Amino acid sequence: MSTVTATPPTTTSPASRSHRPAKRPSWLRRSWDRHWYAWAMVAPVVVVLSVLIIYPLVRGVFLSFTNLTEANQLAEICTKSITGSESCKANPEAWHMVGFDNYVDVLSGKVGQFWQWLGVTLIWTIGCVVFHYTIGLGLAVMLNRPMWGRGVYRVLLILPWAVPAFVSAFAWKFMFNEKFGLFNALLTKVGLDPVEWFSDWKTSLLTAILTNIWLGVPFMMVALLGGMQTIPTEQYEAAEIDGASPWQRFVSITLPGLRSVSMTVILLGTIWTFNMFPVIFLVTQGQPAGQTEILVTGSFRAAFEGIRNYSLASTYGVLILSILLVFSVFYRRMLRKQGEVW
Amino acid sequence: MRRTARGIAVVATAVLALAAAACGKDTPEAPKNNPADLKADLTWWDTSDPANEGPAFKELIAKFNTTYPNVKINYQSVPFGEAQNKFKTAAAAKSGAPDILRAEVAWVPEFASLGYLYNLDGSALLADESDFFPTPMSSNKFDGKTFGVPQVTDSLALLYNKKIFTDAGIAEAPKTWADVKTAAAAIKAKTGKDGLFINPGGYFLLPFIYGEGGDLVDTAGKKIVVNSAENVAGIKVAQDLVKSGAAVKPPAADGYGTMMTLFKEQKVAMIINGPWEVNNVRSATTFGGIENLGIAPVPAGSKKAGAPVGGHNYVLYSGMSQDKAAAAVEFVKFMSSAESQAFLADKLGVLPTRKSAYEIASVKSNPIISAFGPVIATASARPWIPEGGQFFGPLDAMATETLIQGKDAKTSLDAVAQKYLNEVVKNYTLS
Repeated sequence: MSTVTATPPTTTSPASRSHRPAKRPSWLRRSWDRHWYAWAMVAPVVVVLSVLIIYPLVRGVFLSFTNLTEANQLAEICTKSITGSESCKANPEAWHMVGFDNYVDVLSGKVGQFWQWLGVTLIWTIGCVVFHYTIGLGLAVMLNRPMWGRGVYRVLLILPWAVPAFVSAFAWKFMFNEKFGLFNALLTKVGLDPVEWFSDWKTSLLTAILTNIWLGVPFMMVALLGGMQTIPTEQYEAAEIDGASPWQRFVSITLPGLRSVSMTVILLGTIWTFNMFPVIFLVTQGQPAGQTEILVTGSFRAAFEGIRNYSLASTYGVLILSILLVFSVFYRRMLRKQGEVW
Repeated sequence: MRRTARGIAVVATAVLALAAAACGKDTPEAPKNNPADLKADLTWWDTSDPANEGPAFKELIAKFNTTYPNVKINYQSVPFGEAQNKFKTAAAAKSGAPDILRAEVAWVPEFASLGYLYNLDGSALLADESDFFPTPMSSNKFDGKTFGVPQVTDSLALLYNKKIFTDAGIAEAPKTWADVKTAAAAIKAKTGKDGLFINPGGYFLLPFIYGEGGDLVDTAGKKIVVNSAENVAGIKVAQDLVKSGAAVKPPAADGYGTMMTLFKEQKVAMIINGPWEVNNVRSATTFGGIENLGIAPVPAGSKKAGAPVGGHNYVLYSGMSQDKAAAAVEFVKFMSSAESQAFLADKLGVLPTRKSAYEIASVKSNPIISAFGPVIATASARPWIPEGGQFFGPLDAMATETLIQGKDAKTSLDAVAQKYLNEVVKNYTLS
């Protein structure tokens, strides 16, 4: 890789600058002449990014316009006989470009349940992020003042974050078990009917959302707590002298002071929750009958059960990426309108 | 590369032809070749449970090595759930795939269609093909060629709790679903326990479908028949069992685990499950030992009693170099011999796939194996096509919809048929 950085200096010898041609060199050329060292320093990053991100991305988009699956990836299929012969025949259904067929199939609902999954994903994302943020904010406010045992509380509240997500997912799934779980045992103890959590998509999704709230609150709490500690105490003191109530102080000082942190963590939280695979996959498993599948789990099942369907998987990937991209663009525009430098 | 392979192939063909000719003469050891001359390093991916079943397979390998000391078997335990994708990935990348694989029955047509397996026609492995039960053997066929030999077989059966049956005054295992309903009512009335638990999974509803003479697809006519009148009738029988209270209403999540816990804790009298759970039931302290376990063929519908065949096969990876073929064939031949199968049946309670294995005294006197004998004899073949594995996703959803959410069987099966057409077997037609 060092060779890449070594080449540019030789091409831009000072000589070329002294024999300046009559015509003004292009913008690119001038930039290169003046800042070649910057280009050279950026080059390794560009190479790494192209290999790790740009190539797979372009490849993914390309695949979504083909019908490539595991079964038709070979142009010819050879069957070797144990007795030594080998017969090859052209694969009659070798993969080819299909244009927008994949997108049409997915968006028209012919393959999979895109719109149902999208709807569930939106409920799931909004539900989770709203509770993540409000509970996280509440806890952060409570922990942002001197109190007895503050350190212990902080550690305990961060704990869910330290447990691997799949471990918590299994624990919650078991607590919601309809016959042997903790919640139904408690319900029967107080004289209520046990709930068939996973028989209805609403209660089933609720179990997943509860699990994810438990998992995601610590991150919000820690981030917001950090944000609160950057708000100067003088502002609170001044407000107190002016006779502001605690609620006024919270609304007029804490919330505006937290705005930049909040906007960032909400954007991150939205993207993470939108793509949160393990909780749905492990807790509800899409039950009942695939009705709580979100986009990422639904597309995983559609593309990777049985003969793996690379083109369909790419199509879903591109669609999910587009949705999040559009969301991010609008979100940024909204922030810019509010005067945030972001 | 292919040219050199062909060169080796010609030599190997000659060697194998000689070996096959020698074997054909009923002599146990080929007189021409000394077993010690066979040298090879073979990797075997075993997908059985490493704690319960692995040691028995290792013992068999040690036995094999007493005859063939220079064939080194590199035994690798690969979790069953991962093996299918792991093998496909390795085979597609042409590196890291094992020489020999223990493949689940439904995987074989899929792997074969991708060209990942050796066609075994003409090898010593198939010399006595008729000794294998035809249904397990059929899972190895694809496109008219044979790609594996059966290792173990299994099927679904009615497992019941003998003590609960006695308490309820039921003399013998129910033979039809109607019998099951009356038995469940008697059990509920006399012991207060639940009669039956149906796991809400597509595979576990196949006995209801086969019972009415239905099937998922007609591979010969390339037709999707999953929404046939027979299947609707079959699913209705299952729905009725749940609705009438003869069967427990299953939970949508972890139905299988719930079924096993309830059965082991003697809270439910009958389940539909396979021989793979026999050891689990045997070791459960709450169940009361293997003597309390009754095994009977799945109850019949209006046409017949039928359960899907399952099990595992030995297959050879086509990327294995041809010069190892002779050793690999010998190894698989040894592992699938009647003696080895009887040994595994003894140790693990798994079901042999050879008719001759059931004639061996230790198998004959094994009550569990002989109880499963009639089950295996009547097991139905599943559609052995590469897409076979994808049939069960939509079917599982159908099971949840009909048994738990009480959806109409016909509507639900129609949706399955449409899904098969759009996503699984696109070149088939709806019936």
